[in-house]
Amino acid sequence: MGAKTSQEQERIIVPGPAGFHPPSAAQLGVMLPDPGEGLFYGLLEKNEEKVMEEVARKMLTSPNATIFPGPMVLWNWNDHAADKARAVLEIAAQLPEVLIIPMPDYRPKYPKIDPEEVINPNHPNLTIWGNKIEACIFIGVHCHYANLTLKMIRAGTNCCTTALCAEQGHEDAMLTVRDCDAAKLRRVAQVIKRVREQMGIKLPANGENVRFTGTQSKVHENKTHTNPLTFMPGGSAAGAAAFGHTTEQMKREA
Amino acid sequence: MSETKTNPQGDPVTSMEPEQKTNPQGDPITSVAVPKADAKQDPHEAAKKQRVVTPEYMFFEAPRTKEFITGSESAKEAVRRSNVDLSIAYPITPQSETMQLIGVLYGEGYVKEYYRGEEEYGVMSAIAGGSRAGVRCFTATAGPGTLRGLEPIASWPGHRLPAVAMFTCRVVNAPLAIQPDNIEVSYLLNCGMIVFHAENQQDMFDFIMAGFMISEMNDVTLPIGVCCDGFFVTHARGYVRMPEKGIKLPPRQAWRGAVPVLDAENPPARLSRDAPVQKSNFMAYNIHAVWQQEVWAAVERSRKYIDRYMGGMCTAENMENADAVIIASGSAAAQSREAARLCKDKGIKVGLIKIRSLRPFPTQALRELCKDTKVIVIPEFNYVGWLAKEVATAIYGHSKAKIIAGPHVYGGQSMPVELILDEVESGLTGKKSTNVPLSAIMGGVDDPAAMAHFMRSI
Repeated sequence: MGAKTSQEQERIIVPGPAGFHPPSAAQLGVMLPDPGEGLFYGLLEKNEEKVMEEVARKMLTSPNATIFPGPMVLWNWNDHAADKARAVLEIAAQLPEVLIIPMPDYRPKYPKIDPEEVINPNHPNLTIWGNKIEACIFIGVHCHYANLTLKMIRAGTNCCTTALCAEQGHEDAMLTVRDCDAAKLRRVAQVIKRVREQMGIKLPANGENVRFTGTQSKVHENKTHTNPLTFMPGGSAAGAAAFGHTTEQMKREA
Repeated sequence: MSETKTNPQGDPVTSMEPEQKTNPQGDPITSVAVPKADAKQDPHEAAKKQRVVTPEYMFFEAPRTKEFITGSESAKEAVRRSNVDLSIAYPITPQSETMQLIGVLYGEGYVKEYYRGEEEYGVMSAIAGGSRAGVRCFTATAGPGTLRGLEPIASWPGHRLPAVAMFTCRVVNAPLAIQPDNIEVSYLLNCGMIVFHAENQQDMFDFIMAGFMISEMNDVTLPIGVCCDGFFVTHARGYVRMPEKGIKLPPRQAWRGAVPVLDAENPPARLSRDAPVQKSNFMAYNIHAVWQQEVWAAVERSRKYIDRYMGGMCTAENMENADAVIIASGSAAAQSREAARLCKDKGIKVGLIKIRSLRPFPTQALRELCKDTKVIVIPEFNYVGWLAKEVATAIYGHSKAKIIAGPHVYGGQSMPVELILDEVESGLTGKKSTNVPLSAIMGGVDDPAAMAHFMRSI
């Protein structure tokens, strides 16, 4: 079964809740895009720029839009990871009131997850529900865990999911851009900037456009907002800990 | 009178052959000694000179020469060219000499690590560890060994462990036999792993090599079982066209896998200890459910790579204007090809569909190929007819063909091509079959009751 273009078919993968345990996108016949293409609500989109524009519209207009950075951009594995992390922050810098909630690892959080601190692939819907997130972007999550997470979010929440994937993309995300290296992530940031300006949405004058969650606010002296570019790798406050994943907690979970 | 030498059973030893060397258990040592080499010569010299080529060059462009070798030898030659890091053996008897030959490759430096496990459970568990650590793994087993290792084998897909395992099928139930009976394939079909079925020595060579590449694709990241019908393929010789020994596939790029590799030395090491689901609450069940969905989604994603590297999940021969179609996999495909030739001699046009990939199954291709077919004959080397069930399920509602689930041979029997010929003629003429019970024939009508009876009875 070949994937059809967005002009030929109804959308397949849309914000849920899709059901108690809906079929996976692969079971519904959704296939991954080839290089240069994207997935647009389960439909093959030949021009990935159109997918990026829809990502921008959703992230700029949906309540509590959130970026979920995964281990591959949270941990300083190598220069490439650090560069991608900078590109992620450049995307964040274009989205007024955006939240950033990390997925630093893949272990279940027991006895209880703090949905304002992390998202976890074993129960991602708790973070979505807890923060009433209606649009999100996953970046830097290993593909298997991203796929689990995306399936559960589609099943149980009304969140519109985007996967900016370094590999081949994700069928269960509503919007997918594949082969996202640092350069393509910066292209996404530029597309968001363009769409934002077309929509007349302005950034705060002081550059503090990222909104802290309650937990993050507590570890940042009750500040409510921050400038994402101040967290660029190499700075003193870089890393997962900057977004509420405290050193003490990391030691406890180690 | 001089004392007569006797063997352990008390029979006089009359052979003039030199005394047979034995191991400490008393078994004769039959292995070929490592050839004596010049002390200055590096035994790994040739292996070190191998150069990495692209899969496309290896599979489609490299010049090939033809050799007349056994299936075990073709597996060895595939592994030689596949840049394998780790191979673990347990020499179940009687299996094949495959893993013994991989040991020779280790001696020559073509395989980086090799050892004998305690038994198959240990072997398959260790393969899991090797794959999780990020290295390219290969092993082989057969029959009871497959089933002994089945618990860890069945956990490989869930752990997203790329590896290639060769299953040289033989009887698994008592009484045991050494001849082929591919009942064990049916135990592998629903593990979540990708399963290929090799017809001959050439398939064995090609499927193993393609298997490594497909297995390690990021969006696949699954183990692959390459099955063949033991003895016919492993022990018998056939022509195999192979590229030169001096080239090999690219190494595994574990860092690109769908899951993080087990790496205790590089941060963040905590990622490698991410626990699987352990808690009994709704969330745990939910993650486990989507985890299984994801494994099977990965099986689906492998289709395009099977098309790319193997030329498709099935092949079709002489389908145009065919009166009947034979659908077969493994050695049965070879017998079916000969049966089709005999049919042609008798003026009956018979097409042949050879299934190469059982998981994923070529459902769409079969629906297209069989939409106008009147009679389908499915010969198999097992009692239960697992392939017939797969075919019937795939084309139900898309073809009105009469499906004959047989002939079947099992317990190590050979399959005379005349049996297949008889079923083609019976299917076309309505003559009563002498080898396939009526309950194993689904008529060419849309009758759910008949279908249910068929699925229950074959």
